Amino acid sequence: MTQPILKARNLVKRYGRVTALDHCDFELMPGEILAVIGDNGAGKSTLIKALSGAVIPDEGTVELDGKPIRFQSPIDAREAGIETVYQTLAMSPALSIADNMFMGRELRKPGWRGQILRQLDRARMEAMAREKLNELGLMTIQNINQAVETLSGGQRQGVAVARAAAFGSKVIILDEPTAALGVKESRRVLELIQDVRSRGIPIILISHNMPHVFEVADRIHVHRLGKRLCVIDPKQHEMSDAVAYMTGAKDPDPALNAA
Amino acid sequence: MSTPQSYEAAAASSPDQVAEFDQGHQSFIQRLQHALHVTPSLVPLIVLILSVVIFGLLLGSKFFSPFALTLILQQVGIVGIVACAQSLVILTAGIDLSVGAIMVLSSVVMGQFTFRYGLPPAIGVTCGLICGTACGFVNGWLVARMKLPPFIVTLGMWQIVLAGNFLYSANETIRSQDIAAEAPLLQFFGEKFKIGGAVFTYGVIFMVLLVVFLAYVLRHTAWGRHVYAVGDDKDAAELSGVNTDKVLISVYMLSGLICAFAGWALIGRIGSVSPTSGQLANIESITAVVIGGISLFGGRGSVLGTFFGALIVGVFTLGLRLLGADAQWTYLLIGALIIAAVAVDQWIRKVSV
Repeated sequence: MTQPILKARNLVKRYGRVTALDHCDFELMPGEILAVIGDNGAGKSTLIKALSGAVIPDEGTVELDGKPIRFQSPIDAREAGIETVYQTLAMSPALSIADNMFMGRELRKPGWRGQILRQLDRARMEAMAREKLNELGLMTIQNINQAVETLSGGQRQGVAVARAAAFGSKVIILDEPTAALGVKESRRVLELIQDVRSRGIPIILISHNMPHVFEVADRIHVHRLGKRLCVIDPKQHEMSDAVAYMTGAKDPDPALNAA
Repeated sequence: MSTPQSYEAAAASSPDQVAEFDQGHQSFIQRLQHALHVTPSLVPLIVLILSVVIFGLLLGSKFFSPFALTLILQQVGIVGIVACAQSLVILTAGIDLSVGAIMVLSSVVMGQFTFRYGLPPAIGVTCGLICGTACGFVNGWLVARMKLPPFIVTLGMWQIVLAGNFLYSANETIRSQDIAAEAPLLQFFGEKFKIGGAVFTYGVIFMVLLVVFLAYVLRHTAWGRHVYAVGDDKDAAELSGVNTDKVLISVYMLSGLICAFAGWALIGRIGSVSPTSGQLANIESITAVVIGGISLFGGRGSVLGTFFGALIVGVFTLGLRLLGADAQWTYLLIGALIIAAVAVDQWIRKVSV
């Protein structure tokens, strides 16, 4: 049996008297697309943040490739190859698209100008940023040196997704990646997700969009009241089942809990 | 075709070129607004040129001479250096009220280490620079690690450093003649040289080099981009992989170091080491930064703007004095300039390109 690439056991996170994660388990298999669905306030975002280093869980363990890890910051997770698109997108509005895409991993010019003067290689970063945006079909962005604050919400999201896809090497986490996107751009993001999987990189997809989830996901992690309720196979379940489970309208078959 | 996603097929043949638009006719004002948005330091530069021209027309060669113009540079030297430190901190959406106090303490340490303990002047100066950097480190550590508001931290440090300065120095001034005789290195930045009628000091040269250096670092290195990112949105910078604590601490330490250099330049400017000098440096530096177009909310502006801002204050001060106006007119006009600078900043920000 294959080992999960990313595995969490017994995660607990409390904010004062609010319990966001209640002994939650999580497994991501190599090369799969795992969707995480759940009601608002179910603790999906906290789960994701615990996996991406943005939140340090109070209890529980996380293993990447079978090795226990304890991220202290998102930088640790990024160095381990976990790239995340947050709902808030985490971009600096006044800086350019290229600056944002390469934030924290800027390219320096070759030779003495990079080594001694530590000069940034703007041309190379801009070319790469342009290329990644074109792959995503974000043709409406006219100027790669535009400040991010001048982009529309959807364009910003596109840039954030392009950034994660360009740099993720182990796991890519997408928190609501299509929420603000247009029809064509959503389609491209779904294609991109499948494209990333075909490169062998597993994806965690958080979404409220059931048609999208059922279209691309290999397995669906249903999150309810701070823990994993069950994991279902989209080929054997209807969308209505998934919605019923996550809202508590219906209890899942106990056999699913073992998954 | 009745699959739920069939509507998406219609988008398949959409064009795949980067969109281009006819820019339409743009009025002069629109183009100006755009240019200012892209290059924020243009505003103070325009104001600076206008004020030089106006005072030049009013005063003629009395003002418009190499001597008078370089005198302005000498007069803004100290504030210009401190304002560079202030710019860095304000770019991270902070504020440093302790710049003046750190400057004075550093100059006192340089003087006292040399004269009280008999250390070679070079060691004394080094100790002063270390002292300024250490004060900056305390500020940065409290802001970054303890998550205290910069205003409060530096307000406290202002009092602490200033009190430490008086306690340590016993309010004792080291006389200019003694320094000149025994440790001329301390007055290095005050040394003058002439090119034609223009008089420069090494302090002025240092200020200009510092501005050029910081402008380069902020624009062309990763650290510089991180300074802007932290000031823009600290949480976003953190999530996108910037070690924000390290950036903040390094900014405050660099600010402290620059203030210590300002302290060294201060000895050159006034000749003596006096624990009571430079009391207005923090307010004057914030004035230069604001007139220079750096946003107090962080993440926007350039250190070139600060330099122009400091020069504008210098031009007004000298120009009005030469005109024989009451010194209060200077303060009145500078107050108006501060408000105008912020109003212009808001106006430019309305353009989104």
